[in-house]
Amino acid sequence: MNQIEKQVLDLSERLRYIEDIFGNRENANIALLRSKLNDFKNNQSSLDSGQLKRQITSLMDLFHFLENKLEKDLTPMDKVRIVRHPQRICLKDILENVYDNYTEIGGKDEYSIDPSMIIARAYITRKVGKKVFRQPVMVIGQEKGHGEEFRNGGSVKPWGNAKALEYMKVAEIENIPIHTYIFTPGAFPIEDYPGAAQQIAKNIYAMAGLKVPVISVISEGGSGGAEAIGLADTRIMLSHGYYSVISPEGAAAIEGRLKNGGRATPQLVESCAKQLKITAKDNLEMGYIDRILDEPTLGARPEHFDFFKKLRQEIILATDEIVLSVRGVKLFRAIALRKLNNPNIYVRWTLSPKSRERLTWQRYQKFISMSRTYLIDGTPSWQKAFSAVNDYGWSVYSFLRYEFLGRHQRKITHLAEDVHGEVHALFGRIINKGSTIIQKIPGLTKEKKDSCQLTTLSSWESGLTWDEHCQYISPQANQDKTITCPNSATFGCLDLWGPDLFNDFAGVCSYCGHHFPMEYEWYLFNVFDARSIREFNPKIESGNPLKYDGLDIKLEQAKKNSGHKSACMTFEASIKGIRVVVAMLMARFRGGSVGVAEGEKFILAAETARRKHLPFFAYVHGTAGIRIQEGTSGVIQMPRCTLALRRYLEAGGLYIVLYDTNSYAGPVASFLGCSPYQFAVRSANIGFAGPGVIRETTGQDIKPHYHKAFMTLSRGHIQGIWDRREIRNNLHQAFMTMGGEFLYLR
Amino acid sequence: MIDIVSLLDEIKNAPYKEITLSTPHSGHIEFVVRQAGVKVTGFTGEWNEKPGTLLAYLTREGNKKPIHAPEKGEVVMFHDINDHQFVQAGAPLLKIRHFLTKQEVIDIILKKALHLFNAPEKGKYYFVSAIDIKLKARGLGHVNIKQGDEVLIISRMKRETILTYEGPAGIIYTVYFNSNESVEAGVPLLGICPKNQVEKIKDVVNKIQMGWEEKE
Repeated sequence: MNQIEKQVLDLSERLRYIEDIFGNRENANIALLRSKLNDFKNNQSSLDSGQLKRQITSLMDLFHFLENKLEKDLTPMDKVRIVRHPQRICLKDILENVYDNYTEIGGKDEYSIDPSMIIARAYITRKVGKKVFRQPVMVIGQEKGHGEEFRNGGSVKPWGNAKALEYMKVAEIENIPIHTYIFTPGAFPIEDYPGAAQQIAKNIYAMAGLKVPVISVISEGGSGGAEAIGLADTRIMLSHGYYSVISPEGAAAIEGRLKNGGRATPQLVESCAKQLKITAKDNLEMGYIDRILDEPTLGARPEHFDFFKKLRQEIILATDEIVLSVRGVKLFRAIALRKLNNPNIYVRWTLSPKSRERLTWQRYQKFISMSRTYLIDGTPSWQKAFSAVNDYGWSVYSFLRYEFLGRHQRKITHLAEDVHGEVHALFGRIINKGSTIIQKIPGLTKEKKDSCQLTTLSSWESGLTWDEHCQYISPQANQDKTITCPNSATFGCLDLWGPDLFNDFAGVCSYCGHHFPMEYEWYLFNVFDARSIREFNPKIESGNPLKYDGLDIKLEQAKKNSGHKSACMTFEASIKGIRVVVAMLMARFRGGSVGVAEGEKFILAAETARRKHLPFFAYVHGTAGIRIQEGTSGVIQMPRCTLALRRYLEAGGLYIVLYDTNSYAGPVASFLGCSPYQFAVRSANIGFAGPGVIRETTGQDIKPHYHKAFMTLSRGHIQGIWDRREIRNNLHQAFMTMGGEFLYLR
Repeated sequence: MIDIVSLLDEIKNAPYKEITLSTPHSGHIEFVVRQAGVKVTGFTGEWNEKPGTLLAYLTREGNKKPIHAPEKGEVVMFHDINDHQFVQAGAPLLKIRHFLTKQEVIDIILKKALHLFNAPEKGKYYFVSAIDIKLKARGLGHVNIKQGDEVLIISRMKRETILTYEGPAGIIYTVYFNSNESVEAGVPLLGICPKNQVEKIKDVVNKIQMGWEEKE
């Protein structure tokens, strides 16, 4: 009897789970299961034990059969509900069942800097022949804790991501592989130091160059939070997981233009989930994950021990493969692994310095090639060929100029400097005395002109006045009315006449210095030298990789309104004679959102800057984040661009970012936020999520001016704030002071 | 010397403050609130970030500016200005009657009667030993201080500085701080009042605390 009761309880539990998964969608199969189970429960008392046994067995068979049938009906939204279900497997289960032993680092339940991020040192024991090997790994991942409140649903705070980064670096020192498990609906959007966006940017940047194998397993991959630990050599996705740029609810709120906490209809959410192509199958087709790990019917739960066994094999195999792919001696083992699927081959997981280099290069190539299939490039083929030849020419030139000549020249210069220093230390006093005597000889006291260049940079240049450079007239200047400064109540600013404000005053309140937003054209005319701008790759076009409803029309409109093919314009220009490569994100084109085209243009610009040995300047007129209608193709631009930038920076480049108007989300949390030199115009708002999203997700109201540049500066996210009227001078000064001998200035 | 009791009576007769809203500059006025008796609110929100009730628009040179109610209350009268009329700067528009709360009444009285000596910066405060001994010996309400007396020591970040008293001479009526607690900048430290007013002030404040009725 006890046994039967247990089985009934188990079946009721299974039914409740199915009901949860399918939400409010009624289904004939579910109704059947419910009625059969209820019948059995009602008749239970009237049956003898033989009948009971027979009926329960047939009921269990029915459950098994229908569960398999229901599995085929799962919509993307159902899968979202599966990964969010409290019964879903979580990282602790994996640590218990996949690894042979583990020690959690920096946390015990709620006593942790961030309980939603778990770090553990674990090992896997492998028996090969008679030998037993213990292979240590660093396990990092979000913990949902089966719905424990303090886990915050796996939504990691900035300091949780910082902790993850710290231990990734530890793993790098210890030369052990990293296994990351992604169980997050997204990062927790708060700006307190180190800042959601800026910390994710740091994580991605660090992972781009991590010299140990990284394997990641994705169950719930919510955009930025997933990317923070997701830049991996192999990405395995669980078959019932999702990996997306935004939660379906969030997408629906944007699509339905809902404000102030309005709720989207379930149908709209469902259709968004479908259109965003968030499932494992979709992501595999698009090439953003490497393989899918099949889960038991209706998703893995902690009691599915077979699944953990499979996961263990899979993760060992993935690590072996990555290690072998970069190791020198590998031939037979690689074949054996792949063809025979034989887990009993021992592969040491530590890497030699050379293999480590190969590993990062392999990772770079892997990510850079992603999403290229969706690229729409309208450049004629002769032009492409020409630019390829041109690029090659530049590579050869810069190799000769900077690598070959430069290195020897640098060596000689360094040697000369050292010798000079030594001589000076020895004979300094004598020389000093000598030189003062020499200086007294009339006709010889002539200071070198160059030597004072650096110190006089910030002063006004003679003959160059502000007016001469003003050629662009903002359309805002065409309105014949006065405009009130928003600070007038505080500072008593008088009204400003529109044409004055947007023309002569450059959109700056002449009383308090408040910056009104200006168009990006203003910067093109007033920051760069006259007629120095040469655009490249203008024909790379924003497309609609997911065939998202209505995006084509919106893109058409944006292209017509802005006169650009994408939200990113890349060009070469000069600032007071310094040649720079510039990538500009324009708010006028779909809010400056970043998709495949924008990411690719950014990467190409960074490559050009590297090839030509020029500084790279990202001017962010505005960006609303990743273009959500492009789904994962958009999200993947975060690691892609960061990898390209890391390559550029490691080659010795100088990368400066300047924010203007509103810059939020993905781009700030990756390829913009990773720059060591980020500046803002006073008009800037910078953050991870806008006020509406923060209110929606955290339930807290935020202070007015929360994202203003000065607040961002005081949180330590950016390095300085510039007055719009001084940008040209400030930029020039920045290039001169931050650029040096080893930067791409000379 | 002010008479606190009669001051309180005065407030009791008219337990409100009347605010005359006038135009900040010239322009065409367009009323949103049109009749007397309308209840309005002032700034609200955790950081006073939400403006009060919209009362009117003032348009000058194509720039339409909203005029919001500065405080909670009731519109009691309109001045003789028509809708869409051109008005000069400083022209009175309407009157808002704001009923005083208990705290506001006490503040008014104390402001009139007491001289508050505020903390110039964040830190811990102590009396200088001369005053401390006197206070301990005689108690509050018996220690005289005058302009230029050394009265307090501020202690913060391992640095101690002596503060001199600035304000009218009187006796120390109240001490608002504890010497082992950190005090924020701008918070009152001492209340100073002329010697003969002490008892009356106590009385009046008590009365208000006990029996002031707040009106909406």
